[in-house]
Amino acid sequence: MNAQAVHVDHDDHDHGPPNSGMRWITTTNHKDIGTLYLLFSLLMFFVGGLMALIIRAELFKPGLQLVNPDFFNQMTTMHALVMIFLAVMPAFVGLANWMIPIMIGAPDMALPRMNNWSFWILPFASVILISTLFVNGGAPAGGWTMYPPLVLQTGASFPMLIFAVHLLGISSIMGSINIIATIMNMRAPGMTYMKMPLFVWTWFITAYLLIATMPVLAGAVTMLLTDKYFGTSFFSAAGGGDPVMFQHIFWFFGHPEVYILILPAFGIVSQIIPTFARKPLFGYSSMVYATASIAFLSFIVWAHHMFTVGLAVEAELFFMFATMLIAVPTGVKVFNWVATMWKGSMTFETPMLFAIGFVVMFTIGGFSGVMLAMTPVDFQYHDTYFVVAHFHYVLVPGAVFAIMAAVYYWLPKWTGHMYNDKLGRIHFWISAVFVNILFFPQHFLGLAGMPRRIPDYSVQFADFNMISSIGAFGFGFSQLLFAYIVISTIRKGKQATDIVWEGAKGLEWTLSSPPPYHSFSVQPVIK
Amino acid sequence: MSKQRLAPLVTKLFLIPIAMFGFGYAMVPLYNVFCEVTGLNGKTGAISSAEANQLNIDKTRSIKVEFTSSVNNEGPWDFHPAQPSMMIHPGETYTTTFFATNKLNKDLVSQSIPSVAPITAASHFKKTECFCFTEQAFKALETREMPVTFVVDNAVPNDVDTITLSYTLFTKP
Repeated sequence: MNAQAVHVDHDDHDHGPPNSGMRWITTTNHKDIGTLYLLFSLLMFFVGGLMALIIRAELFKPGLQLVNPDFFNQMTTMHALVMIFLAVMPAFVGLANWMIPIMIGAPDMALPRMNNWSFWILPFASVILISTLFVNGGAPAGGWTMYPPLVLQTGASFPMLIFAVHLLGISSIMGSINIIATIMNMRAPGMTYMKMPLFVWTWFITAYLLIATMPVLAGAVTMLLTDKYFGTSFFSAAGGGDPVMFQHIFWFFGHPEVYILILPAFGIVSQIIPTFARKPLFGYSSMVYATASIAFLSFIVWAHHMFTVGLAVEAELFFMFATMLIAVPTGVKVFNWVATMWKGSMTFETPMLFAIGFVVMFTIGGFSGVMLAMTPVDFQYHDTYFVVAHFHYVLVPGAVFAIMAAVYYWLPKWTGHMYNDKLGRIHFWISAVFVNILFFPQHFLGLAGMPRRIPDYSVQFADFNMISSIGAFGFGFSQLLFAYIVISTIRKGKQATDIVWEGAKGLEWTLSSPPPYHSFSVQPVIK
Repeated sequence: MSKQRLAPLVTKLFLIPIAMFGFGYAMVPLYNVFCEVTGLNGKTGAISSAEANQLNIDKTRSIKVEFTSSVNNEGPWDFHPAQPSMMIHPGETYTTTFFATNKLNKDLVSQSIPSVAPITAASHFKKTECFCFTEQAFKALETREMPVTFVVDNAVPNDVDTITLSYTLFTKP
């Protein structure tokens, strides 16, 4: 995973400065920074995946066999933090860096130096976060949601957790401001808002969600910090505070955050499906409005994460109906994707397989989401494996599959090399089979009452847990194939054409493969 | 693309996260105001004894008020109500007591936090005097009786026949 592996064609003078050590540290080029983000994310995907496999290995059979319960709790907490903040979010930011300028005909991002800074904060934040595993008392183990008073019992790693969250927030806020400024200021002449590719649109809205909610999280964790060390009582009832208030503030961030993790995925799928269905996207403007509606609604549904804290009935009704309302714009999107494929001349190359897999499996996760939205039944599902199954369906075959679809879709453009599509299709099928073996049985476990974040379980849950663990190992190891395909394609491969895919439309396909280091120095005019 | 257009835009964009950081903190007082207005979260109101004496007493209605107590984080206290429950009429003022013992051989300060269930009754449950209004200092191994004087006003919804008043006792650091 070293940076030297990225660029090979030294004889091509369009390929930027030579690969000296400082090149990757000082670069302000959006393509370099996009590559850095994506490779960093790939590395962290395996770090977070390893933690998931430790969890699933312990849960392979009832009883405590491999790790002690505290370390198990550290793994559930760190797996979530690593996957959300260090794998999925940087992957989307990397895709935004690579693609947004060349999709809107801009020469680079609007604020290239800040772009460099946004990325280089990440490795430091991740070192702080991951090194908590080695400090006195171990890593944070109170869950990624950091609920007080439990999280205040964290040992020496507590301030490290808080500062890592601060740094990650600063990084994503700067990245988002850059993306908004690029989209508002740097579009090619004639590229009106309603002509922008959907990936650009979804990122535009996501960036606003990020700058509006990451500071709220920063505030919440700062309150935790001052509660623990400086004698404030934001969340301590003894001093007049309230631990439930943390949950309100946290989920005011946390619910928009889950749309931050999925809206760019909607954008990716909306790029890929028209290409391989060889039809324009069905209902472009409804897609834009649906994305904006989802973003708006995400701010007024947070308390559906807290139905069991003792809300008033009126509040529970409001949050239940507002949450169910999100199914409407999401349904618009799913039907638009299906309508795009309807009567299209479809082919099933790897990116299309991942995109269709996304539509099917994300929808399964959406349905279990509607179930969880219902307050009375949520009292049964709350904090069980049903919730785990739900959010893993929307995040793994949802967000992660969309990222993989994007990599398979644009990798030939980035590297100039075509990958082995047959290997890619094999990767899709084994991933799709194992991800369902992994997460589908967790629905049943949750309905039967198995609580989440517990290292041991009652014997009646044994069979489904064993199946789930087998799926986890199958899914985890099949991702080595993904890493192999990506790295070998970076190194060598058949020269890709400029358009790469027969049905591809958009400015990025008018550039050579790989694109010149500085592209669109003269902006194209869109008619 | 000129810098003139970019700088004000970026400045405005940076103001959003700064404002939202402030909003996170603003949620703290907003939350408390919201809970007090609605009676959510078991927040109860205070009332002066003069006001309490002017309420009409509804002898036709009886409500059972239950008392429960707990000690936060297994602190060094014995803490329990003098009586588990009492029958009351809306509008009439009553007094009950709680006992607390400091089990440590050093001085401690306690703070008790009330909560009333059901939520619909919380805003009608009013105290004229309560040990929970202030911190209570205890000498080493001291046992004390702590009174609560309360009134349930007439507007309490008709479907409420039982109200639970719960206290959690915290050790002040």
